[in-house]
Amino acid sequence: MTLTLNDYLLVSGLLFATGFAGVLLRRNIITIFMCLELMLNAANLSLVAFSRFNVNAAGLPNYNAQVLVFFIITVAAAEVAVGLAIIVALFRARQTTHVEDISTLKF
Amino acid sequence: MDPHLPWFILLNPLVSAALIHLVLRRSSGTSATVSVLSACFGLLAAVGIWFSGQSGAPIEVPWLDFGPALRIPIGFIIDPLSRLMLLVVTGIGALIHIYSLIYMEHDEAKSRYFGNLSLFMFSMLGIVLANNFAMMFIFWELVGVSSYLLIGHWFTRDSAAAAANKAFITNRIGDFGFMLGILMVWSATGSVVFPEIAAKIGTLNLSADFLTAATLLVFCGAVGKSAQLPLHVWLPDAMEGPTPVSALIHAATMVAAGVYMLARVYFLVALSPDAQTVIAWIGIVTAVFAALMATQQDDIKRILAYSTLSQLGYMISAIGLAAPGAAMFHLFTHAFFKALLFLGAGAIIHALHHEQNIWHMGGLSSRMRVTFLTFTAGFLALIGCPFFSGFFSKDLILLAAWQHNTAIFALALFTAFLTAFYMTRLFVVVFLGKSRTDAAAHGHDGPIAMTGPLMILGLFSVIAGWPWIQNYALGEVSSHTLHLLHEGGGSVPVMILATLSFLAGTGGAYVLYSGKAKDPILIPLFKNKFYIDELYAALIAGTQDLFARILAWFDKWILDGIGVRGLSGGAWGAGFVLRFLQWGNLQAYSFLFGIGVVALIYFMVFAK
Repeated sequence: MTLTLNDYLLVSGLLFATGFAGVLLRRNIITIFMCLELMLNAANLSLVAFSRFNVNAAGLPNYNAQVLVFFIITVAAAEVAVGLAIIVALFRARQTTHVEDISTLKF
Repeated sequence: MDPHLPWFILLNPLVSAALIHLVLRRSSGTSATVSVLSACFGLLAAVGIWFSGQSGAPIEVPWLDFGPALRIPIGFIIDPLSRLMLLVVTGIGALIHIYSLIYMEHDEAKSRYFGNLSLFMFSMLGIVLANNFAMMFIFWELVGVSSYLLIGHWFTRDSAAAAANKAFITNRIGDFGFMLGILMVWSATGSVVFPEIAAKIGTLNLSADFLTAATLLVFCGAVGKSAQLPLHVWLPDAMEGPTPVSALIHAATMVAAGVYMLARVYFLVALSPDAQTVIAWIGIVTAVFAALMATQQDDIKRILAYSTLSQLGYMISAIGLAAPGAAMFHLFTHAFFKALLFLGAGAIIHALHHEQNIWHMGGLSSRMRVTFLTFTAGFLALIGCPFFSGFFSKDLILLAAWQHNTAIFALALFTAFLTAFYMTRLFVVVFLGKSRTDAAAHGHDGPIAMTGPLMILGLFSVIAGWPWIQNYALGEVSSHTLHLLHEGGGSVPVMILATLSFLAGTGGAYVLYSGKAKDPILIPLFKNKFYIDELYAALIAGTQDLFARILAWFDKWILDGIGVRGLSGGAWGAGFVLRFLQWGNLQAYSFLFGIGVVALIYFMVFAK
């Protein structure tokens, strides 16, 4: 049995769905953050799969997708730095990391 | 004639008014002196003009010159008509200035009073001297302003302030028509100067309708100023002003300006028989209605005011009956005896500490000898007692009516009867019988400055109508009319009928009112002035006020409601609804975001 593009995309979709479900359902903001990372990596996985299965006449994969993956990893690193800093600041201010308790941004 | 005399006559009261209003505000005694002196100098100058005869060259300086289309000079017309009117205005004006010295002696705003009196003299003399419509209109308005100021002299009284407004606004309605009339005449002839119009308008072959409209619009000015129906309502209310003002402005001079103006533009009136008919009828209807109202008034000044309306109706009617000479003659005699009656009434009011109700007077004949005798002269002149001035002038108007229109003659005769009736009522109640109040029991004549003018006016009230005086004073003004009337015939029956109606009115009123302590008859319709004021109030409530209310509603609910508050309310409401979407719950936002993305993908990819 050979792995096809669909198998990769299925895994990627499952990862993404798991991440999104976590973002929607979990209450701890750290967990939500990790689920966000999961969703980013799902996107990375599908990009790599697309690159692997999009071979040109010379037998080389399309590197554009792989370059994009490096971009995402870099941005995600920066995002984690900023996001964790915000969470730390938030915890210091409110002594909580539960999203239900942080709901004052409304009328 | 010295060409400077008219300039002096016109500008001398203006200088006096300016001096008083700008410099002498605080020194009331000096103000009074300045004003009285200026009035006396005016009289001297008018006498000078009277004796120096016709002027050779027209006295005119260019003022506004718009080429051949419109030229408005400041020019004076010196003809028999204006010379007569100058004499009447300055003569009676001077007497009333002197009289005012006593009447207004203790008034708080004496300076303002005399300043405004001078301003009035300036405006009135401007009307008399003006040789063109534009200048006349300007002074016409100035007369309205000074009349406004003088009626409202005691403006702290609400009734006086309201009366001043009423007079001014009512006059403006008439003046609007006057202005349109002037514009029509100008559009036809291209000139506003009287001699030029007179020379031109007959040669233009204008349509009868155009001439009638123009004449009637010009007549509108006279309706307002001379207080004819339906714009008569302001004159009785104008009695809120000081009594000398009533005598000068609202009896002798200003209200006569309408008659003078019609006599001045008689060349125009004469061209339109239809307009003449309307003018004659408006005049006579005013005469009858005003006389009917006068029979039931209790305020001595109001009775005289309605009597003025009635006599002005006679004059206006005479203009319509193609007898401008008779109108001017009656204006001439009426100015004397009506000024006298008002000043007499003022003397009584002054002596009785501002009591104006005739039923609070009585028995004054023995205590106010001079006032009584002079008032009697004016009274007999007004009711047309033979050999008194009013008899001759009224007789001419009746004669003109007799020759032209029987219905008008009948009404004029009826008015003569009513005049005799209500004046005898006034006379009997005020002077005869017993005193009804303490004040009336202690009334006495005023000082010489008050009785002097009364005596002079009393003399003129007796003699002003005598044929030789009439010939001398009116001369060319009335000779044409007199000639026509004498040719027309009927003077003997008219004289007999007039005398009979005078006797019937006097006798009837004497029998009815002699020795009565209160009014034996009560006719609410007359007492309430035919409810014309109420009618106007209802008319204004039904039109102007209604319109204003509709506009206010529109402004409040459409402009403010929908336009301003609707827009702001809409924005606020939209914000109010939309802010419910802000839960503040992070995961709800994510969920909506996810749904949004799914929907976006669905529409982009699958729903093509």
